[in-house]
Amino acid sequence: MTDSAKIAAALRPLGDTGRIGLFLLRMLGSLRPTRSTLVNTLQQTYLVGARSLVIIMICGFFVGMVLALQAINALEQFGASDQVSLLVGKSLFRELGPVLTALLFAGRAGTSIAAEIGLMKATGQLDAMELMAIDPVERIALPRFLAGLLSVPLLTAMFNALAILGAVVFSLGVMGLDSGIFWSKLQTGVYFDQDFMGGIWKSLVFGGLISLVAVYFGYHARPTGAGVGSATTNTVVLSSVLVLIFDFIMTSFFT
Amino acid sequence: MRANYKVELASGIFLLLGILAMIWLATRATNYGQEIGKDSYEISARFGNVAELKDRAPVKIGGVMVGMVEAVELDPVTFEAVVTMRIDTRFDEIPNDTSATILTSGVLGDRYVGLEPGGSFEVLEDGDELFITQSAVVLEQLISKYLFNTQAKEEAEE
Amino acid sequence: MSNQTSECAIRIRDLVFHRGDRLILDHVSMDIPRGSIVAIMGPSGVGKTTILRLITGQLVPDHGVVEVNGQPVSSMSRKSLQQFRKGIGILLQNGALFTDLTVFENVATPLREHSTLPEPLIRRLVMLKLHAVGLGGTEELMPDQLSGGMARRVALARAVVMDPGLMLYDEPMSGLDPIAVSTIGRLMRETNDALGLTSVVVTHNVRQMSKLADYCYILADARIAGEGPPGELLDSKNPAVNQFMKGQVDGPIHFHFDAEPGGWNLLQ
Repeated sequence: MTDSAKIAAALRPLGDTGRIGLFLLRMLGSLRPTRSTLVNTLQQTYLVGARSLVIIMICGFFVGMVLALQAINALEQFGASDQVSLLVGKSLFRELGPVLTALLFAGRAGTSIAAEIGLMKATGQLDAMELMAIDPVERIALPRFLAGLLSVPLLTAMFNALAILGAVVFSLGVMGLDSGIFWSKLQTGVYFDQDFMGGIWKSLVFGGLISLVAVYFGYHARPTGAGVGSATTNTVVLSSVLVLIFDFIMTSFFT
Repeated sequence: MRANYKVELASGIFLLLGILAMIWLATRATNYGQEIGKDSYEISARFGNVAELKDRAPVKIGGVMVGMVEAVELDPVTFEAVVTMRIDTRFDEIPNDTSATILTSGVLGDRYVGLEPGGSFEVLEDGDELFITQSAVVLEQLISKYLFNTQAKEEAEE
Repeated sequence: MSNQTSECAIRIRDLVFHRGDRLILDHVSMDIPRGSIVAIMGPSGVGKTTILRLITGQLVPDHGVVEVNGQPVSSMSRKSLQQFRKGIGILLQNGALFTDLTVFENVATPLREHSTLPEPLIRRLVMLKLHAVGLGGTEELMPDQLSGGMARRVALARAVVMDPGLMLYDEPMSGLDPIAVSTIGRLMRETNDALGLTSVVVTHNVRQMSKLADYCYILADARIAGEGPPGELLDSKNPAVNQFMKGQVDGPIHFHFDAEPGGWNLLQ
């Protein structure tokens, strides 16, 4: 490999980042407040969001139970099992809720977005749209991006709600802790603007990241079966990594 | 590319569920509903030392929460800590000679402001300042004072 | 000269196009007269689809011009290109129906996108086109429930739903059974004559095209090897044309990719 080829290889991730950024700009540039954009976005919200609901809720419930179990185990040693709801609530709202929901969403919806768009490309549907003077970025990419942006915060909220329920079931139902203490600890210890809103902001960013990556890889997939396959793989890998990186960045800068 | 009615309905239900979950979480599982917000008045107090008193720390009378700390600032002239507190309007008959103390819940717990009502007939109003205050007890200072005192006593005895 | 533009729906002059280092089109010129069906034929990979994409403005030539109705396509702004494409109907390879929409919605898509017609009128127009391709009653089916020939006919209905002045076909017959091939061929002729269209067909199906087309261009080695009405081409003395029309293995056109590099180097 020559030096220039090495430099080119080293700069490739940077170029990819640039292309994804430009694609985002192109999508936002095609955003027009029309009824068809709204209808398409709603439809995609159902396809990417509502269909991820069941898996998100099941996972949320069990994460809540296991968090409560671990927290009670650890806190009992200090005679502080009263604090369980605080520990569960804070860690859920700040970290686990947004991050786990985002990772589940990347696996459940990100892949299907990338595969669907990739397949549309492989079968010439995107081409056909372009030739009908319909912008496929506006028609196909943008609604999916917006739907992801909208869905992930909502899914995160449902994940958190079910996780709190899971913690309630375990710590009140199984361990027999006092429910008044449980709720009052949450209501005095978990701060709305730092913990709750911080989590919402995070999940909004994660939703945007995942759907942007999925839409980008789908749209730029090679028009073959293998191309669509690698687009879905790349989507899961890159969006999961980005979610964790951005989680660290946001946590360290905004709290 | 018209979405059919069922899909629109399902996405509507999804959006509604998500928003409900958010509202439920915000009101039941955070301090949002407990916020001492509009129906409150503000009082302030000056302390020599507030230790690690933080914003949103509780303000209590007789162990019951009546408000929370809004801000902790330093007076640049007197170098005293100025603590601003929001008190719920339900408690609008607190005498104006009430004293404020920085206390600790438990041995190593969080700091909070304890109010000890006085005997005056005048009540506190928005913007009033408490004049009788007692600073936080800082464990290190206490220990060093004790050591210093015993040392001084021993020296005096000699 | 002005007379010529009004007679020609599409004028292609001196077109040069490279894909990477490979020369795809080498100074190609064509005139496509209004109201006719013109076939562009040639072996696979010779750049026939490239010509279609140059006509629609999806690709930009390295040299030369493509004029549609007297307007050069490559110098159009994004907006006028969009406007221009609304006047073209295109049938892509395999039809390219939108798999997530019903047959009805597929055909209705251009109308919904580019017109503000009321729903009952859209319904009538779509059903009219579906009946014209002989598929009335399939409107609620999904594309994966259709046979290949039916899907192609739905795609044809979708392509003509805006009543375009120009129809472009990319391999309209490939992968279909003989009956479907004849059906599509007849529909192409009917729509062309009934709607007064100009049609450009890119294909390697010699037998069908010799029946259907008014005029043929044969591309080989990035150049036009021969042109003329199909009857004349069949009797052509040009060895490349003769080889292609008769489907012979031996001749000036290399069908093996391995055999090409020498030839490409000579051209460059």
